[in-house]
Amino acid sequence: MKYYLLSVIQPSEGTPPSAEALAEIMRNVETFHDELRAAGAWVFAGGLHGPETATVLRPEDEDVLITDGPYAEGKEYLGGLCLIKAPDLDAALEWGRKATRATTLPIEVRPFLHPAED
Amino acid sequence: MTGAVDVETVFRAEYGRAVSVLVRFLGDIDLAEEAVQDAFATALRDWPRTGVPPSPAGWIITTARNRAIDRLRRESSRDARHAEAARLFAPDTPAEEGPVRDDRLRLIFTCCHPALSLQARVALTLRLLGGLSTARIARAFLVPEPTLAQRLVRAKAKIRDAGIPYRVPRDADLPDRLGGVLAVVYLIFNEGYTGSADLCTEAVRLGRLLAELMPDEPEVTGLLALMLLVESRRPARAGEGGEPVPLPEQDRTRWDRDLIGEGQELVRRCLRRGRPGPYQIQAAINAVHSDAATARATDWSQILRLYDHLMTLAPSPVVALNRAVAVAEVRGPGAALDLVDALDLDGYHVFHAVRADLLRRLGRRAEAVKAYERALAHADGTAERVFLERRLRDLAGGPQV
Repeated sequence: MKYYLLSVIQPSEGTPPSAEALAEIMRNVETFHDELRAAGAWVFAGGLHGPETATVLRPEDEDVLITDGPYAEGKEYLGGLCLIKAPDLDAALEWGRKATRATTLPIEVRPFLHPAED
Repeated sequence: MTGAVDVETVFRAEYGRAVSVLVRFLGDIDLAEEAVQDAFATALRDWPRTGVPPSPAGWIITTARNRAIDRLRRESSRDARHAEAARLFAPDTPAEEGPVRDDRLRLIFTCCHPALSLQARVALTLRLLGGLSTARIARAFLVPEPTLAQRLVRAKAKIRDAGIPYRVPRDADLPDRLGGVLAVVYLIFNEGYTGSADLCTEAVRLGRLLAELMPDEPEVTGLLALMLLVESRRPARAGEGGEPVPLPEQDRTRWDRDLIGEGQELVRRCLRRGRPGPYQIQAAINAVHSDAATARATDWSQILRLYDHLMTLAPSPVVALNRAVAVAEVRGPGAALDLVDALDLDGYHVFHAVRADLLRRLGRRAEAVKAYERALAHADGTAERVFLERRLRDLAGGPQV
């Protein structure tokens, strides 16, 4: 088994969905999470506050420098993430397909370096 | 025949099979390739002395397997990598539903996985299943060899690291995934059509392999038929300077009758299944052309009906353009020109060449000249340009209308 990170790619601009649409998305995401748990593929998932809430730390000689703001401004940002266990990329992409349908957003699938325990 | 020639023949015929078996055994493409190359190096050294073994492919696979085991024992650092790879592939790979299929089928689905870039899929397929060297693939696609080598390295790393599985997709995913495989083979064929001819040979070989491994998929048969019928015209489709000779002007006695016979039989066989698809219809269109002893004898109404069908299955501006060519034959150039003028294909030189031809036939010479000039402006190959320039000259020197 391998760990895969499903990243939710959130656009920085454009109109956010209506309250009803958002409620439906949240219900669909919850159903998706239930499905992951039932299949034993669940590790962790959660949405993130916007990039304006981000703080960046970086090494500066012996010190650590703290600055406000996201590390990089972009047209998209990481809106949420979902960590899953899957036997191979096809299985991970199948979960990714469900995630993209539930969130109505693009999903990036990336493998972790180290294998998961079965 | 010398031993070296025999090894070369066996290499071309069996490299893909040997690599695919070794990938399953070792769970790693690089290790598999090294092992198979080792085995062929041993064959080159030993066969001139010992003679070619009774089952050369079996000998190569056994030798490669033994070499791989030796190598893994010798290089302990490799052991970790092997163990890792084996864990990713072999034990987790669920038992295949349905009959056990050829390893080459697994390999082609891995090489053509949609998570890889199209360029990488093409290069991997030619390298691993076709056994073509990196240098040869690079030459065929006009890219520097280090670029192509890098593309292969990255693609193999992604297969390993992202865990792209080594198996035939389950039935629910098969239509989609098979479409991707056929697209890669047809892309290789089309690259060869205008460029390096050995890519066509390789695409036909891959097409034959797929048709042998998946005899129940009519689109697989359809693609093979299409490639064979197009390939049958190779001897006639280039003039002495390499410039393209259009279908109506080709010397049909130079068409390869064997390929036509085989292609037409395959078209009949797949269409009988009643599950038509774009490759089958395109093959059928080519079969109608192959049936005509002269250009004049072409059954254009049949071709038009097939294009109508193709437009419902896989509509695209290029298909619409080709359909318009058939319309010109059945209903006249005026009707065809109306259709062509409605298409948005300004960057495609064939669009302008077709327009030019229709305008010429309608006697609108000044507009035809302009259209040929636009075609020339968009044509990329020298051979294409020679052809278009000749057309333009013919038009200028022809009788005044």
